[in-house]
Formats: sequence, C-alpha cells, structure tokens
Amino acid sequence: MSTEEGIKKVSIIISKGSLEGIYPGLIMANGARMKGIEANLFFTFFGMDAITKKKMHNIKVATVGNPAMGIPTLIGALPGMSAFATSMMKKQMEELDIPPIPEFIEMISDAGGKIYACLASVEMFKLKKEDFCEQLDGILTVGDFYDLSAGGEIIFT
Amino acid sequence: MEKVIAGYKVDVTEEGYLTDRKQWNKEIAQALAKELGINELTEGHWQVIEFLQKDFEATEKIPTIRRVNKVGNIPTKDLYALFPDGPLMKATKIAGLSKPVSCV
Repeated sequence: MSTEEGIKKVSIIISKGSLEGIYPGLIMANGARMKGIEANLFFTFFGMDAITKKKMHNIKVATVGNPAMGIPTLIGALPGMSAFATSMMKKQMEELDIPPIPEFIEMISDAGGKIYACLASVEMFKLKKEDFCEQLDGILTVGDFYDLSAGGEIIFT
Repeated sequence: MEKVIAGYKVDVTEEGYLTDRKQWNKEIAQALAKELGINELTEGHWQVIEFLQKDFEATEKIPTIRRVNKVGNIPTKDLYALFPDGPLMKATKIAGLSKPVSCV
C-alpha cells in the first residue's frame, strides 16, 4: 500500500522502561506492519524490560519526574501512585483496543515485525537469551543493528 | 467518484473504497482483490471478509487487527499471510467497507 516514494522500512529503538516510554515505539512498529512497512524493534537499556519475561507483565507509568502527568513530584512519589496511574492508563488503552505489552509484542511478531535486544545492554544487565520472551529474534551489536537498518528509517524513542 | 468494477458501476472514494456497502457483491470483491495483488479469494480470505462485514454490521466500527484475532478467531499471522502488505486496509477494501482509521 506504500507508494513508490513511501517508507519501506523502519528500525525503532526503545530505550526506556516506563509504560509511556515503551508504548509509542510499539504502536509505531505495529502501525508500520499494518501499512506493509518492514519493522525492526531494537530494545536497549531499560527498554529491554518490555521483552524480558520477568518484567514485561509489570511495566509502570512514571509518576515522578514526569511534569506532564500534572501530579506534584512529592505526591507522585507516594506508595501506590505509579500503580494507580498505570491502571488508569491501561483501562484507557483497553478501550482503544491497544493490547497489554506482552500481547502487543506477540502481535507485532506475528505481524512479521522483528524483535532484537542490544548486546551491550544484555551484557551489562547480565541477561541470557532464556530471560527474554520467545518472540526475541536475536541479540545484536550496534553494528548489526545498523546493517539491518540500512536503507530504512531509524527512530529513537 | 464513480468506477466500474467487474462490470458494475459503483461509488468509491479517491482511494478506491466503496462508499455504499449495498453496491458490494462477491464479483466486485474478486476484482478488487486482483487489483490489490490477491489473485484468488480462498476460503480463508472469505472468512476474514465475512467477519469484517458482520462485525461492522454489529458495531458500526471497523474492527482492529486485535479484534479480528480475539473475536473473529483469525490468527494475526494468518491475516498477514492472506492479505500481505497492509492486511486490514486491503481486507476492508475488498469487503466493501471504509478505510480503517485506527492507529492499532
């Protein structure tokens, strides 16, 4: 459906581990596949939480250091605030049929999107391949990532 | 604008989506599929088309790919295999529905 001059390939880097840090990249990757655009997702630093089995079910909204939330930092720091904001946001997303993160990763993978983890981050966090969800297509060096992204757009989130 | 598809005169948008579902029929679907690079509509294709039409009838909304999976029981992998390069956009067009406007 993309035109001659249209975008053919996107490589999206997800570097943050908060709910609002992860979703935009997932939505863009999925949206790319929906338009027939090739999509690679590259998870680095805390962004890897979105694809690690132990963390991916428990991603939260940042209520501290997030002025757009409109919650004063001291209140945002209260126990349960982040969980509360997260559940509110999840409810909103469910209404729009935006899936929870683990299901979204599965959906993107089923749609033909590729899921990669960053080697440097994997080594730094002392993770193994088994720690990741089954959709992981590989652990890449930065160089591999550039090779893979050649000829496409790179988006950092 | 008007367009002749499979010998029928129909009203379509600039992007070729039918504007009046009552003008749709299976021959038009076949012709639209061909235009989109799908040579033959198989049973799997029809399953998707029928679900989209039925669901639109019930909800007055184009279902998302997630809904096609969860409610229509059509695996996402199959949907992409049946309608490559833009599954929902192609399937809704063939089904005589409007272009999907959702981000997911």
